[in-house]
Amino acid sequence: MTTVALKPATMAQALTRALRDAMAADPTVHVMGEDVGPLGGVFRITDGLAKEFGEDRCTDTPLAEAGILGTAVGMAMYGLRPVVEMQFDAFAYPAFEQLASHVAKMRNRTRGKMPLPITIRIPYGGGIGGVEHHSDSSEAYYMATPGLHVVTPATVADAYGLLRAAIDSDDPVVFLEPKRLYWSKDTWNPDDPQTVEPVGRAVVRRTGRSATLITYGPSVPVCLEAAEAARAEGWELEVVDLRSLVPFDDETVCASVRRTGRAVVVHESGGFGGPGGEIAARVTERCFHHLEAPVLRVAGFDLPYPPPMLERHHLPGVDRILDAVARLQWEAGS
Amino acid sequence: MTVMEQRGAYRPSPPPAWQPRTDPAPLLPDAEPYRVLGTEAAAKADPELLRRLYAQLVLGRRYNTQATALTKQGRLAVYPSSTGQEACEVAAALALEERDWLFPSYRDTLAVVARGVDPVEALTLLRGDWHTGYDPYEHRVAPLSTPLATQLPHAVGLAHAARLKGDDVVALAMIGDGGTSEGDFHEALNFAAVWQAPVVFLVQNNGFAISVPLAKQTAAPSLAHKAVGYGMPGRLVDGNDAAAVHEVLADAVRQARAGGGPTLIEAVTYRIDAHTNADDATRYRGDAEVEAWREHDPIQLLERELTGRGLLDEDGVRAAREDAEAMAARLRERMNQDAPLDPMDLFAHVYAEPTPQLREQRAQLVAELQAESEEGTAR
Ligand SMILES: Cc1ncc(C[n+]2csc(CCOP(=O)(O)OP(=O)(O)O)c2C)c(N)n1
Repeated sequence: MTTVALKPATMAQALTRALRDAMAADPTVHVMGEDVGPLGGVFRITDGLAKEFGEDRCTDTPLAEAGILGTAVGMAMYGLRPVVEMQFDAFAYPAFEQLASHVAKMRNRTRGKMPLPITIRIPYGGGIGGVEHHSDSSEAYYMATPGLHVVTPATVADAYGLLRAAIDSDDPVVFLEPKRLYWSKDTWNPDDPQTVEPVGRAVVRRTGRSATLITYGPSVPVCLEAAEAARAEGWELEVVDLRSLVPFDDETVCASVRRTGRAVVVHESGGFGGPGGEIAARVTERCFHHLEAPVLRVAGFDLPYPPPMLERHHLPGVDRILDAVARLQWEAGS
Repeated sequence: MTVMEQRGAYRPSPPPAWQPRTDPAPLLPDAEPYRVLGTEAAAKADPELLRRLYAQLVLGRRYNTQATALTKQGRLAVYPSSTGQEACEVAAALALEERDWLFPSYRDTLAVVARGVDPVEALTLLRGDWHTGYDPYEHRVAPLSTPLATQLPHAVGLAHAARLKGDDVVALAMIGDGGTSEGDFHEALNFAAVWQAPVVFLVQNNGFAISVPLAKQTAAPSLAHKAVGYGMPGRLVDGNDAAAVHEVLADAVRQARAGGGPTLIEAVTYRIDAHTNADDATRYRGDAEVEAWREHDPIQLLERELTGRGLLDEDGVRAAREDAEAMAARLRERMNQDAPLDPMDLFAHVYAEPTPQLREQRAQLVAELQAESEEGTAR
C-alpha cells in the first residue's frame, strides 16, 4: 500500500479541478458565463479552461444573465451539458425567469422527454467585505422552485465531489459556492482518485450527544468552531452538514436529532421564510417525541444584506450559536 | 491669448479614430413590407409551393374555427386563434427542413401542426391535460412557450450547439409584437448576432398585445428596425402574403444555414379574432379596422392569385375545403374523447429520480386514491 502525502488545497482549486476533469471526461460539458474565458472568472474558478479546451467550450458570453441561462437551455436541448457561472449571487436574479419557468420545468412539461442537465454555479453569501449585491444568500428562492436540485459544499473534498456529481446529474442543479470558503484550505490530494457521491446526502461532521447543529455551506466551519467552544460548557454538539438542500436528507438529520433530542438550524440567509423554517418544521414533524426543546434557528437578520462594515453583526457567529444552545437546555435548568 | 495658451500646458488630443463596425444600410429593412402576390414577383413563384401553401392555409383556418368552437364546449381550456395570421404560421413551417427546429409561442399551434405534430397532441397544453403533448425531438418542435420571448434564447442556444457539433441545423423562433419588448428578446438577438448563430426570428406583428396596440409598445420605426442595433439584417414582409412570407423566411433560413448568421423578420399581419376566446376585443378596437383587414385576407389573396393564373379552379377550392372539413371532423371526434390521465404522472417527471420527499407524497396520493375507490365500491 502506498501512502500519498496529502497537500493542502483550497476549495477554489478543487472546483477548478472538478470542472477540468468533467470537461476532459465528457466533451459535451461546456462552461459559459461572464469573464470565464481568458480571465478565468472573477474568482478564477475557470482558470485555464479556455486555454486547455478552447473558447468554444469555455465561453465568455455577452453580459446578460437571462441570455446566458436561456441559451444554456437550448444547448442542453441539443445534447450539451452546460455549466453556467453567475458572477455573484445577486446578479443571478435576471436569470430567475429562465430558471423558474424553463430550467426547473422542462422535464416535467415534456413528460420526461426533454431533461435539462444544466449546472448553475453561483458564488453566494457574505463575509468577504463585498459591497451591496455581492453577498446575498438566495437559497430559499431556489429551494422553493420544484425541479431544481440545490447543493452547497462546505469542504474542499465536497467542492470537488459535489460539483462532479452536479455536472453528471441529468437534472438541473443550482450549485451554491460559499465564496468566503473559496480560500479555505484542507489536506486534499487532487491526485487521489476522488469520490463522486450522488446529490442528496448529509454528513455528520462532528459527533456529540447534547444537541445537533444543522447547517450547510459557509456556516459549517462556524458551527464546528462553536461545537469546539461548547466543550467548555460541558456540551457535546453534533454538527450535520446538509450539503444538499434539495433533495433533503431527512434520514441523517432526524437520526441525529433523535440521538441528541435538541436541534439548532444555523444559516446566513434571513430566518423569516428562510430554509431554517422548513428544516425546523420537518424535524418537529418527524422527531417530536424525541425533542426536549423546540427547534431553534440562528439565522441572518431579516434585512437586505448589510454594508461590509456591519456584516459581522448580521452573520450568525459562535456566540449567537452558543446562546441558542444555552436556550435549548431550559428543561435541564441550565 | 487665453490662459491655457499662455501656459502651453493643455493640447487637446484628438479622440482615437472611431469606425462603425458595419455599414448599417444593408441591415435596414425596406420602407414597405415585401409583397409577392399581385405583383410581378408572383410569376417567379413555384406553382407547386403556392398550391401547398394554399391547402395549408385552408386547413389552418378551419383548425382555428374548430378549436375556438371546442372552447365553447369546454373541450379546450383556452384557444388563442391565429385567424388572419395563417400565412405566417404555414410559411414558417414550410420554410424549414426536417432537421431544423421550431420554437413556437402559445399562438403558433398551426405552425406546430404543419411541422407534422399530431393535431390533438398539439392542443394538449390548451386542453389542460398535460403541458406538452408531443415529444419535442420527434418533429423538432420545442414546447409551446407561454412566458413571452423566453423561448428565443433557447433557439439561439440550440442553433449554437448544433453548429458547434458541425450540424447544419437552423432554429426558427416565433414571437408576437408585444413580446419584442421583453428583455429575453433583446438578449436572444444579441447572443445570436455575437455568436453568428443560425437562427431566424419571426415576429408576427398582429397589431395588439392582448389590448395594447403597437404604438404603445414601441417607438421604433418598425420592429424589423430593431435588428440593426444588434448587427443583423431586419426584413419587413406582408404577413398575409403567404408567398412573400415563405420567400423571405426561406432566404433567411438559407443564409443562416450557410453560416451567414441570424435575421429578424417582421411580418405585418392582423389578429382577426380576439386575443383568446376569453377576450372582448370590442373594448379596444373598432369594427371598421377589423373589416379593412378582412379585405386583406391571406386565403383570398392566394386564391385570387392561383385562380387568376389558372393554377386553381372551383374543384380545387372545393377539394381544399373538403379536406379541411374532414380534418375538423376528425379533430372534433378525437377531442370529444376524455383523455385518460394517470394521477401518478404528477410525480413521474419532476426529477430523473424522485426525491425522498416526492416518494412520500406519491405514497400519500396512492393511499388517498385507494381510499376513494374503496368508498366508491362500498357505496
Ligand atoms: C412574461 C409574460 N408576461 C405576460 C404574459 C401574459 N400575456 C399573454 S399573451 C400577452 C400578449 C402578447 O402579445 P404579443 O406578443 O403581441 O403576441 P400575440 O398574443 O399578439 O400573438 C400577454 C401580456 C405572458 N404570457 N408572459
